[in-house]
Amino acid sequence: VTIFYFPQNGGSTLLGYIGIDTIIEQMRKKTMKTGFDFNIMVVGHSGLGKSTLVNTLFKSHVSRKSAGWARDEKIPKTVEIKAVSHVIEEGGVKMKLTVVDTPGFGDQINNDNCWEPISKYINEQYEKFLKEEVNITRKKRIPDTRVHCCIYFISPTGHFLRQLDTEFMKRLSHSVNIIPVIAKADTMTLEERQEFKQRVRKELEVSGIEFYPQKEFDEDMEDKSDNDKIREAMPFAVVGSDKEYQVNGKRVLGRKTAWGIVEVENPNHCEFAQLRDFLIRSHLQDLKEVTHNIHYETYRAKRLNENGGLHPISSSDTQESNL
Amino acid sequence: MDAIMLQEKLVERLLCPRVRTARQKEKQYVGFATLPNQVHRKSVKKGFDFTLMVAGESGMGKSTLVNSLFLTDLYKDRKLLNAEERINQTVEIIKHTVDIEEKGVKLKLTIVDTPGFGDAVNNNECWKPITDYIDQQFEQYFRDESGLNRKNIQDNRVHCCLYFIPPFGHGLRPVDVEFMKALHEKVNIIPLIAKADCLTPNEIKKLKDRIREEIDKFGIKVYQFPECDSDEDEEFKQLDKELKECTPFAVIGSNTVVEARGQRVRGRLYPWGIVEVENQSHCDFVKLRNMLIRSHMHDLKDVTCDVHYENYRAQCIQEMTSKLAQDNRMESPIPILPLSTPDVDTEKLIKMKDEELKRMQEMLNKMQQQMHDKEQ
Repeated sequence: VTIFYFPQNGGSTLLGYIGIDTIIEQMRKKTMKTGFDFNIMVVGHSGLGKSTLVNTLFKSHVSRKSAGWARDEKIPKTVEIKAVSHVIEEGGVKMKLTVVDTPGFGDQINNDNCWEPISKYINEQYEKFLKEEVNITRKKRIPDTRVHCCIYFISPTGHFLRQLDTEFMKRLSHSVNIIPVIAKADTMTLEERQEFKQRVRKELEVSGIEFYPQKEFDEDMEDKSDNDKIREAMPFAVVGSDKEYQVNGKRVLGRKTAWGIVEVENPNHCEFAQLRDFLIRSHLQDLKEVTHNIHYETYRAKRLNENGGLHPISSSDTQESNL
Repeated sequence: MDAIMLQEKLVERLLCPRVRTARQKEKQYVGFATLPNQVHRKSVKKGFDFTLMVAGESGMGKSTLVNSLFLTDLYKDRKLLNAEERINQTVEIIKHTVDIEEKGVKLKLTIVDTPGFGDAVNNNECWKPITDYIDQQFEQYFRDESGLNRKNIQDNRVHCCLYFIPPFGHGLRPVDVEFMKALHEKVNIIPLIAKADCLTPNEIKKLKDRIREEIDKFGIKVYQFPECDSDEDEEFKQLDKELKECTPFAVIGSNTVVEARGQRVRGRLYPWGIVEVENQSHCDFVKLRNMLIRSHMHDLKDVTCDVHYENYRAQCIQEMTSKLAQDNRMESPIPILPLSTPDVDTEKLIKMKDEELKRMQEMLNKMQQQMHDKEQ
């Protein structure tokens, strides 16, 4: 055992090595053993590549379409919520990934209020969690079905956001983390993409839509500067694919057209890699924390203030009462 | 030789005066075989007109395609509306007219644009302004045709409607089906797959098959290419067959010129390659252009006149006669339309004629009665 002497400014000086820093290692070991949950919702009208993108993000067949539903099923008449879960493992870390799909959104001639089933689902998950929390005997680990992240697919028209896009995002940005992406970005040239992005960002600003990462939740200067960079680059223009091709001697994920191969992970072709790094490699935990500490708390506070306490929800279809 | 070139050569021969005079020297030759030639020359003098409607959601590349088809820039002064301006937007009908001349042939081209279609959250009956517009043009023509001065009738009827289907879906969407069903008996519909450069060749084939299936399933009557005459040569028939199997055409348009394979062509520059609009292995733009302009423009006009307009006219007359029968009025041989904006002079004239007709009818009836009495 080596003895160190650390001169410190303020705080007590340590006269030896205690080993507090090993707590990080202990946490890591624990997290690896328990694994964790991540729930991602995809919203956008049909044909925008939602399922393909999710499969590409997690490099496995985790979307609803891959779970056996036929590719050419009919468009449902109302928005349905279909959740599919898989456990994926990487580097000893287990993740229970749930992909929540919303077929039927924006596909009808009259799409008034098509966001309501989605809003209802999100609130129902909060309600489930809340009920578990206020129980007298609580489970050790409350199963977390709350939606941590909602990816909203913007159609690459090249002009503006559609009315439905702003309506949806306005209504839901306060109850869930919304990450807008420009779908099927290989429809636009780089120039068109930049112009479109700028117009979209301006419209989001004008409509007061706060997408994730929200400015108001930046904790410190470091966060702010990192997140500013990300906010400047959003919405990411993405392309998804589950097919591989040979390019310059490497096997890459891409789309093969008559005039070239669009490489999904090539940052000169599209921003998929940026989205993946942002979503999974740097902000995955933050998405969960913002959902838990902010969105969920907002919901909880609202519920506790309603009717002076926790009663079974009058309009919903859950039947239990815990108090 | 290309079928189109064959056709063009034939026309040139007929128009050439030297051929005519050589033939006149033959004695047994009467000479009316030059009639098509004469018709051609008269038409070329008069010029042609063509009205093309484009419909589809915004951002489908309609304006770009029109510019590419006719090598014009019809939309240079267009301003895209922002979110606030679009909130209460309804479907509008906007006409652009341009005169194009090529090799002495004049074409007055009218493009009818439909901004706002399918862009709202609730798109119930968003095609109604469009069907109303088409009906209005038919009504106008009907009135002109039945009118007293028919020298300079302007034909504003829509000869063809290009409908842009988004490439992002898995086939026809409910709004596509409803739109086409509302219009297939009023105008020639040519469905197109827009922005086809975001699809791989496989995906295009699947989508085309799917759309053709659904068009059959829903009973949508899109514009059918006329059958080849049995005396056309094999090459022409083959081209025709290929054309028919290629529908709906997957198109790409471009307002920019790029450098590809050493040439300057209309195209789109991507980091992974260059899409050439006029390259047949990239998209069906050339097929569409040839079909629309070089081989079937006249047929589109014919079908509009002979089928869609006649349907409208028959329906209109039926409605009017049933109304007249209800009112117990005498039928007049010339249908008299209730004018919404009455022109005082023509109204007077029509009233006079109406009364004259009534008198004549009464006289006829009297005479018939007299004859009948005589017989008895």
